[in-house]
Amino acid sequence: MSVMQFSRPSVQQPGIAHAEANTDRRARRIALLLLAPMLVFLAFFFVYPLIDMLMRSVRGPDGPTLEFYARIIERPVYLRVILDTLILCAEVTAVTLLLAYPLAYVLTTAHPSLRAIMMVLILVPFFTSILVRTYAWMVILGPTGLLVHFLETVGLPKVTLLYNRIGVLIGMSYALLPYMVLTLYSVMRGIDQRLMQAAANLGASGWQAFRRIFLPLSLPGVAGGGLLVFILSLGYFITPRLLGGDRDQTISMIIDYQVEHALNLNFAAALAAVLLVITLTGFVLYDRLVGFRTLLESKVR
Amino acid sequence: MNVTSHQTSSGVGVRLQDLGKVYGGATAVQDANLIIEPGEFVSFLGPSGSGKTTTLMMIAGFVPPTRGEIFIDGRPVARLPAQKRGLGMVFQNYALFPHMTVAENISFPLKMRRIGKDQAEQRVRDALAMVKLEGLENRYPRQLSGGQQQRVALARAIVFEPQVLLMDEPLGALDKKLREHMQLEIKHIQARLGITVIYVTHDQEEALTMSDRIVVMRDGRIEQVGTPATLYDDPETAFVADFLGESNLLNARITSQRDGVAHMALPNGLVLAGSAGRRPVANGVSVLACLRPERIRVAPANCANADAAWRGKVEEVIYVGDATKLRVGIHGQTLTAKLQNTANSPRYAVGDEIVTSWEPSSLKILAG
Repeated sequence: MSVMQFSRPSVQQPGIAHAEANTDRRARRIALLLLAPMLVFLAFFFVYPLIDMLMRSVRGPDGPTLEFYARIIERPVYLRVILDTLILCAEVTAVTLLLAYPLAYVLTTAHPSLRAIMMVLILVPFFTSILVRTYAWMVILGPTGLLVHFLETVGLPKVTLLYNRIGVLIGMSYALLPYMVLTLYSVMRGIDQRLMQAAANLGASGWQAFRRIFLPLSLPGVAGGGLLVFILSLGYFITPRLLGGDRDQTISMIIDYQVEHALNLNFAAALAAVLLVITLTGFVLYDRLVGFRTLLESKVR
Repeated sequence: MNVTSHQTSSGVGVRLQDLGKVYGGATAVQDANLIIEPGEFVSFLGPSGSGKTTTLMMIAGFVPPTRGEIFIDGRPVARLPAQKRGLGMVFQNYALFPHMTVAENISFPLKMRRIGKDQAEQRVRDALAMVKLEGLENRYPRQLSGGQQQRVALARAIVFEPQVLLMDEPLGALDKKLREHMQLEIKHIQARLGITVIYVTHDQEEALTMSDRIVVMRDGRIEQVGTPATLYDDPETAFVADFLGESNLLNARITSQRDGVAHMALPNGLVLAGSAGRRPVANGVSVLACLRPERIRVAPANCANADAAWRGKVEEVIYVGDATKLRVGIHGQTLTAKLQNTANSPRYAVGDEIVTSWEPSSLKILAG
């Protein structure tokens, strides 16, 4: 009897493994079926246009050519715009980070009812068109607008907030702030508050506990939010065009101009390919430094 | 510093005075008064929601008391922030810093106290040796087993030589074997350091094993304070009798009392002899009496000759390894008896006629 009992599992094992493999395969097939509509959609409206665009960037009137890429390198104006764009995006990222970090921290420690209200306020901009929001900023920042008027009333020197870099920074930071706040919040929420208690118990002041425990544990959020905002800001062109001046050209504005006005689709494709490479470089850097996994994980372990 | 410096450090007393905590409208802790002696190991024992953790959190400084005062070494600390109280603490899930190595975790309190690097390194080594984790200095907490994480938390809590160590269900996440092992190790370390320990647990066995004294808490109040033996052998209330170990609780009416022996009548008419309670009770008063299952002697029905022996019938037999529990029906009253399984102890089966007996001193009258 006991011999039989001992031998049974080893006989059973292959059968179980086989059944497991079967259910595994079926689960995978069902998953694929569920994903199919999305995959088809992406293939037609994302992968195909992307390949088409890349082909266009190397297609000249007389066969394959690299002349469009050569033009980007030869004319200093394009490299300068690319550099300007990168600097602008870095500035926007820095401003949103400075604004969002304390906000996300308050959100993490706030009472749930207050947190719900704050969350709605943070998300409201998402429900409004970027165009409407940008025009609203034009009203506020304009030479006769609310803000300038207010600053004059309190006796500060006259400042120009519209059609220059300040206007672009305000408009873009405002638009991108929710992404930064939400990314930071999801990471901060995962930080065990008992770690802060433990730090206090071990003799750390509030500042020391923040600097040595909370700040390092929130860095994946800083990196994730920073990268997200940086990449999103690379593609902005409505806001910088409406709020910026002549010198606040971004690469996406040039692409837009090449498509809409110069009708030079191949050159626009080459510029877009460069933008794509910059974006992908950002992703790779992020993966090397922080790892993509942390983007999807709210818990830091 | 070296190991000898640990041995010279010793615990200080802790005193709770009218300590209370109200959350919104709910009372979490009420009128806690307690004196803990230097070097004593005191456990707060109670079910969840009894206020034991809230009391510990007030001592640690994470929960501000609504009223009352806490004295550590005679000094009032209720308004002192946690980082100024200098208490060691082991948290329920250890609260190790995940981005720091074992050595960095343990040296954290030393860094906060600006202790020099050489001295800090020596102390971290000593603390690691004390919890038997040498060689794991550069691991991260996630690379350690639950038991190892527990030891790191303990090392971090004692490395700065606090005079009081607070422990909040520190062994709750470990399996039974490891838990029993760690109980002894914590006791050994406490004995070596002479440190005062305040230990929160809902595990009565753990409290009995480790404590010099146990504070049983219930609904935010201290129910009874005493040594493990006092609480087990002489519980004051039904709650304590029931929470610590098993007991037969009997409703009875006092019929006569003489020389510390009380006779009481059960609803079914049986009259039992028990020990009179600490507080005098008038004849005719209804009381609750407690009888521990292992204090009940059981013999086959044919050798009935003992005093206070009652005939009964085995209704259920529960085998638990080292012992056998019998559910015995005696004239409609069911008692649980627990018999040690020795080499020649008789075995009983359901339906067996038996006689039960006990010393009158084993049957205790409870207050309320």
